[in-house]
Amino acid sequence: MNHRIELRSYSRELHNFRLRLAISAGFMLLLFLLLFARFFYLQVSQRDHYHTLAEANRISIAPIVPNRGLIFDRNGVVLAHNYSAYTLEIVPSRIGNLERLINELTTVVEISARDRKRFKKLMEENRRFESLPIRTRLSDVEVARFAANRYRFPGVEIKARPFRQYPKGEFASHVVGYIGRINDKDLERLEADSELANYRGSQHMGKIGIEQSYERELHGITGIEEMETDAGGRAIRVISRTPPIAGRNLKLSLDFKLQEVAEKAFGDRRGALVAIEPATGDVLAFVSRPGFDPNLFVDGIDTENWELLNNSIDRPLNNRALRGVYPPGSTFKPFMALAGLELKKRWPGSAISDPGYFSLPGSTHRFRDWKAGGHGLVDLHKSLVISCDTYYYSLAHDLGIDNIYNFTSQFGLGKKTGIDIEGEAAGLLPSQEWKMQRHKQNWFAGDTISVGIGQGYNLTTPLQLAFATAVLAGNGAAFRPHLVKQVLDSNNRIVREFGTSPLYRLKLDPANLKAVHNALVDVTRPGGTAAVAGAGAAYTFAGKTGTAQVVGVKQGEKYEESKLDERHRDHALFISYAPAENPKIALSVLVENGGHGGSAAAPIARVVMDYYLLGKLPKEAAARPVDQVDEEEDEEHQQNREDGHG
Amino acid sequence: MARLPHAGHYFTRYIDGLLLCGILLLMATGLITLFSATDANSARVTSQAINMLVALSVMWLVANIPLEHIMRIALPLYAAGLFLLLCVALFGEVNNGARRWLNLGVTRIQPSELMKIAVPLMMAWYFDKHETTLRLRDYGVATLLLLAPVLLILRQPDLGTALLIASSGFYVLFFSGLSWRIMAAVAIAGGASLPLLWSMMHDYQRKRVMTLLDPTQDALGAGYHTIQSTIAIGSGGVLGKGWQQGTQTHLAFLPERSTDFIFAVFSEEFGLLGNLLLLLLYLALIARGMVIAANASTQFTRLIAASITLTFFTYIFVNIGMVIGILPVVGVPLPLISYGGTSMVTMLLGFGILMSIQTHPKLVKT
Repeated sequence: MNHRIELRSYSRELHNFRLRLAISAGFMLLLFLLLFARFFYLQVSQRDHYHTLAEANRISIAPIVPNRGLIFDRNGVVLAHNYSAYTLEIVPSRIGNLERLINELTTVVEISARDRKRFKKLMEENRRFESLPIRTRLSDVEVARFAANRYRFPGVEIKARPFRQYPKGEFASHVVGYIGRINDKDLERLEADSELANYRGSQHMGKIGIEQSYERELHGITGIEEMETDAGGRAIRVISRTPPIAGRNLKLSLDFKLQEVAEKAFGDRRGALVAIEPATGDVLAFVSRPGFDPNLFVDGIDTENWELLNNSIDRPLNNRALRGVYPPGSTFKPFMALAGLELKKRWPGSAISDPGYFSLPGSTHRFRDWKAGGHGLVDLHKSLVISCDTYYYSLAHDLGIDNIYNFTSQFGLGKKTGIDIEGEAAGLLPSQEWKMQRHKQNWFAGDTISVGIGQGYNLTTPLQLAFATAVLAGNGAAFRPHLVKQVLDSNNRIVREFGTSPLYRLKLDPANLKAVHNALVDVTRPGGTAAVAGAGAAYTFAGKTGTAQVVGVKQGEKYEESKLDERHRDHALFISYAPAENPKIALSVLVENGGHGGSAAAPIARVVMDYYLLGKLPKEAAARPVDQVDEEEDEEHQQNREDGHG
Repeated sequence: MARLPHAGHYFTRYIDGLLLCGILLLMATGLITLFSATDANSARVTSQAINMLVALSVMWLVANIPLEHIMRIALPLYAAGLFLLLCVALFGEVNNGARRWLNLGVTRIQPSELMKIAVPLMMAWYFDKHETTLRLRDYGVATLLLLAPVLLILRQPDLGTALLIASSGFYVLFFSGLSWRIMAAVAIAGGASLPLLWSMMHDYQRKRVMTLLDPTQDALGAGYHTIQSTIAIGSGGVLGKGWQQGTQTHLAFLPERSTDFIFAVFSEEFGLLGNLLLLLLYLALIARGMVIAANASTQFTRLIAASITLTFFTYIFVNIGMVIGILPVVGVPLPLISYGGTSMVTMLLGFGILMSIQTHPKLVKT
């Protein structure tokens, strides 16, 4: 009985068990079918899609950034060059907690507060998926240390990058300019110029100066490398390669040694100097003081230095030679004098009597000469040598504004010279038309009078003034001023050359020119306004002093330099060329708030001339030794900064 | 058997030819795939071949042990495993954020691996013991026997192993005749407690579930595995890219490509056709296991055979399911193919038991 019950129970159980086995077998078959359906979907229906994805995984097209062209002066002194260094770069989008990552990185390589700040600024300016340097110029030890710890830092990589360096630092900084990281604005512009493809992989481009204006030449053509990569993006094999074409080298017309002499001659004064070779338009020196260290900008400037430069009252980032506009003051007079002669309103022999002021007929308003009581009998020669104002008041009145405008504009005053860096200011040469447009007013006879001494509405840039001086020195031959003399390919073969033919030649009476030249030579001789600066010159040193008012002086008041705030003092100007018979160099000097042209600006011109024509380096005393020491210290700091931080 | 030469009889007596055939074919497939997955790293392949030989020896040994003996060690084995799991929880080594290993000084062991076989043995033993008086209470006790190790392993945390052990235990419960009504009730209760479970999960486990729902959500992080493996499989097409020709594999886009994700390598290189053959091979092994289970003579052997077979299926389904992106990424190897000695031994231990069940004289209760 017992036995039978057990037996029945057993067979029922076995039946149940087998039933469940069958159910589970069906269930498993069903799930296997599900797997197979998924295989079918992936490998048949979606095969093309995944095939494309797999290919994209596999082949990457990497741009090969070309070497940027070098920049050197007319004698081969290198002003901008490249070197290779390791950077530690982070792709912010691949990092969760950036702050923590950087803190961890600090245990492996040194990251200063400055680096952090700079990185923060880079983050703001760039997109998150771009590789941004947290540290540049890693030492070999640091590279090795990071490489050993690399696994700890996904999204952080060491890269060998070409770096731009400006070995001369502040010198010629306004000419050479600098490169900086490509930002969104640059990208837009590149896209508009359909240059974007050529900048795949480039991280920097010229931002200012030659670096900017010759960007196309300097950048070169990006090469392409098609590579098979693994998931980590590491290259395994190169499939094809189109080599890059290095950027072109630029040989400047600048004479760096002269530039250095000129910059040092300024000491700590603010101002500008532009020296041009009249026969070619070669810009021999192009100074805007103070300068800045362009190396600071290459890796992205940190906030601290940026604010220091940007907020400085001396405005070191402002290119005064190019963009600074100043009334030409008395440096305008030689052009007026020539206008008087050419338009037959004055003759070298004729003289006026100077009572110390000029009044328009039927007016009591006195246009005062700088010398109360006047200069007595003044002819054209004397008017330039002693810089008589009254002579030019009456000449301006006799010429009329239209003649003044038409004649002097031939010397490039009031318009851009077309120099080969961007951002040039046009200045202003007033005319009736201009006044109507700008002020909606008719031109008054009185307006003409102050224009005659370069003090009315006139505004010129130091560059413009140098160009006008070069045209005058070259007897009317106008060459476009250019900083780049030759564009060379990477084998230093000439691709393009500038300054071979003039823009135009003015038809001027040689006798009239001679009269002006002779007077200008006497300016630097005893009795002239620049006699002190010209003393003992071993060549014929032609020049004209000028003073540009910063604040107006009311009728009946006297300008007293000592009473004025330093920043309100007059700007000192000087234009010059030498040797007068066959000028090799023409220049303009501006010293902001320098006071008189003769005492502040002319000595700088003399130092430059002496070096350029005689190879004479300024004496310690002349070059203001205190300032020089300062500058050398600056250079040293800079060196330290470059070495230490990177 | 009769056709086999007499000299080999001793060795092959308790070996099931069909199972062995399937196992060897799968192992060969595994070695071939591994060779490709490791970029022709013969050291890895050799080491895996040694793993296989060791596992085959274990299988042979176990196959030679009559089930009565195996039954006898069920309780001590389970007790030892549970004890070791407690030790892991208390003194285990932390590795990759998980406490799974126990350092015994000479060697490190992973007790959870032992429980993969000990749990179903223990439960089958328990049901066999209470065969005649099976009540609801017994199911409760068996469930407790199952839950204790599963919860300990979940705590390590090791979701994959916990899942496999839980399912092997569940299969024992299921085949011992657990009523459908109770299963339905538990399923409903389980569904209702999902939110609670969610709150107990570790972040990385949640992430895995979330990633399953949308792998692209975290393409470079948690979803990376799945995205890369589906690209590998999909780009393989019907015929595959050919052995050692898989670009995903050889360019290292595939993570874990010699272990948990080896199926993607296989599938990329051998295509849909290869997949089909592989599934059929697995199916053949499963079918043989089912036949063995169906013919088993005792409650214990039936339960064990069915549980082992279904667990084997579970490994396959969960692994392939995760690689093709229909299941979350849990650390489950592809049986007999994935690189790794421990899981290979565990797997063949199970097959050894199946063989023993099939080949030893049956004690029919009649």
